[in-house]
Amino acid sequence: MLGNYLLRRLLWTLITLFGVTLLTFLLVFAGPTDPARALVGEKATGVSIEHVRQQYGLDQPLYVQYLTYMGRLVRGDLGDSYYFRKPVIEALLGRLPATALLAFSIMFVGCLIGIPLGIITALRQGSLLDRATMVIGLVSISLPTFFVGLLLLYCFAFQLKWFPVGGYGTLRHLVLPTLAVAIPWGAWYAILLRSNMLEAISADYVRTAYAKGLNTRVVAVRHMVRNALLPVVTIMGIDMASLLTGIVLVESVFSWPGIGMQTLQAATHLDVPLIMGSVLLGAVMIGLANLVVDIIYSWLDPRIQLG
Amino acid sequence: MTTIRVGTSQVATDKVSARPAKSWGWDVWQRFVRQKAPLGAGVVFGVLLLLALLAPVIAPHDPVQQFRKEGLSALGEPLAPNTQFWLGTDGLGRDLFSRLLYGARVSLGIGLAASAIAVLIGLLVGGIAGFVGGKIDFFLMRLVDLIMSMPTFFIILLLVVMLKPGVWVVITVISLFSWTAPARVFRSQILAVKHLDFVLAAHCLGAPQHRIFLRHVLPHVLPLVIVYLALTVPNTIFAEASLSFLGLGVPQPTPSWGSMIQDGFAYYRAAPWIALFPGTIIALTVVSINLLGTGLREAMDPMRKK
Repeated sequence: MLGNYLLRRLLWTLITLFGVTLLTFLLVFAGPTDPARALVGEKATGVSIEHVRQQYGLDQPLYVQYLTYMGRLVRGDLGDSYYFRKPVIEALLGRLPATALLAFSIMFVGCLIGIPLGIITALRQGSLLDRATMVIGLVSISLPTFFVGLLLLYCFAFQLKWFPVGGYGTLRHLVLPTLAVAIPWGAWYAILLRSNMLEAISADYVRTAYAKGLNTRVVAVRHMVRNALLPVVTIMGIDMASLLTGIVLVESVFSWPGIGMQTLQAATHLDVPLIMGSVLLGAVMIGLANLVVDIIYSWLDPRIQLG
Repeated sequence: MTTIRVGTSQVATDKVSARPAKSWGWDVWQRFVRQKAPLGAGVVFGVLLLLALLAPVIAPHDPVQQFRKEGLSALGEPLAPNTQFWLGTDGLGRDLFSRLLYGARVSLGIGLAASAIAVLIGLLVGGIAGFVGGKIDFFLMRLVDLIMSMPTFFIILLLVVMLKPGVWVVITVISLFSWTAPARVFRSQILAVKHLDFVLAAHCLGAPQHRIFLRHVLPHVLPLVIVYLALTVPNTIFAEASLSFLGLGVPQPTPSWGSMIQDGFAYYRAAPWIALFPGTIIALTVVSINLLGTGLREAMDPMRKK
């Protein structure tokens, strides 16, 4: 059953990746900018542009370029980065650990903030904690990620000197970039979870659970939270792409040497192969995250069976 | 005495206390103004829009003029808020208050335009997918799934650089990747409406497909369109601010709230207010639009579960 499910999931991810390459290719090469010109710079002469164009195969028709790219891709070759002058795969794998660490840390801390807050505020509806969480939550999701990062940087790195202003290496470097994304992220899920919990409070199964003599805590944890988390988990899967956006921004605020920073550099230098690689890697990450979301979903809801 | 005929009997209308005729718009308006927070948010957003529109009248200084002498301290550092520069100056001696006002035109303008285009594309795609159905529906929805599972911001970055950053480029590129969520919602609403009896009736009366779509189905999606117009704006404002913050938005020296935060980033130790003002204004805008959007949703669809 599960093997069957995994197989279909893998197939869908492959189709997605194929679509991603096609769509990116079309968007990039349909644009009025000439990648060859970008490669050699603005001042280059016609002859050297022509030379570069031939060298990188940019003089071929679009479909030939695409087929060449795909042919290399299935053999695990993503081409060479124009800007970093090394294989794209090397550039990506070099930066992946930093971004993966940050992403996991954000998701972990975000859940650590969001889930308990969502539960407690729903159970203590109208309390000071509830109202404070709602107001702070609404404000924090209305702030751009990079601004939250800047605020944290000013308060905790510059004024209080608790954490370094940026960089990578120790656990202390990880705290502020994590919080910059995890606070709004967690607040958003706390708000969602709270409203689902409030819906669950008046549900029949909750009344039944009370009627058979269970105490509030057991009803809340075993019955309400489990159901209330389902839509939240779904939305977490949908939000994965925007989490990656947040990571790009926060990496540039805290000079975190990850995929995001590298992609930004690649974009400003029109490094098309590296961007293609980053987009593919991002799509794989989103696909994996959705796989995990599905597994969590089936674990939370025994009615759903993967397969 | 006025009478109307109902079957064979006559009913005196002046004895029936009928609900006075109200238009749908008036109904929505009344339900909207009854909600306190959204009404307040609407007022705040209105004021922000007005400030943006009247920027040339209100702004005390030229937003791009660099006051190298009176706008910077003796050490060449930005000035704190004072009587000449109400919110202080930035690192180049430019007046922050004027930049904030002119920045509102860029940030709000791009945010509103991009979400309007995105919602329009969403309506077109969702409308065709939902109404036509079949293979076209399948294909369009897989396209939506595909875009939603892509790290679109990476592509946005590349496209903006390729097309050379500018107001229209930023609007186009942002809207190109913001229409998917509205398209899904519009499609499901159209699916819910298209099998109802009045559509069947119109069909039986021989109305052509395009007429059924425009006159009978589309009006049922319009409330959602207005709501999603409001709910998409925060995302597009964030997208514009993010691009500007990374230096890939509307090019300097034109002010945008995002690029102003970037300007402030360089001086965050000595002059934290430079980033604080645009950051606060973005938060104020997004909070008010979010409240406005949820308020509109409640007002337009009172049957919806809270």
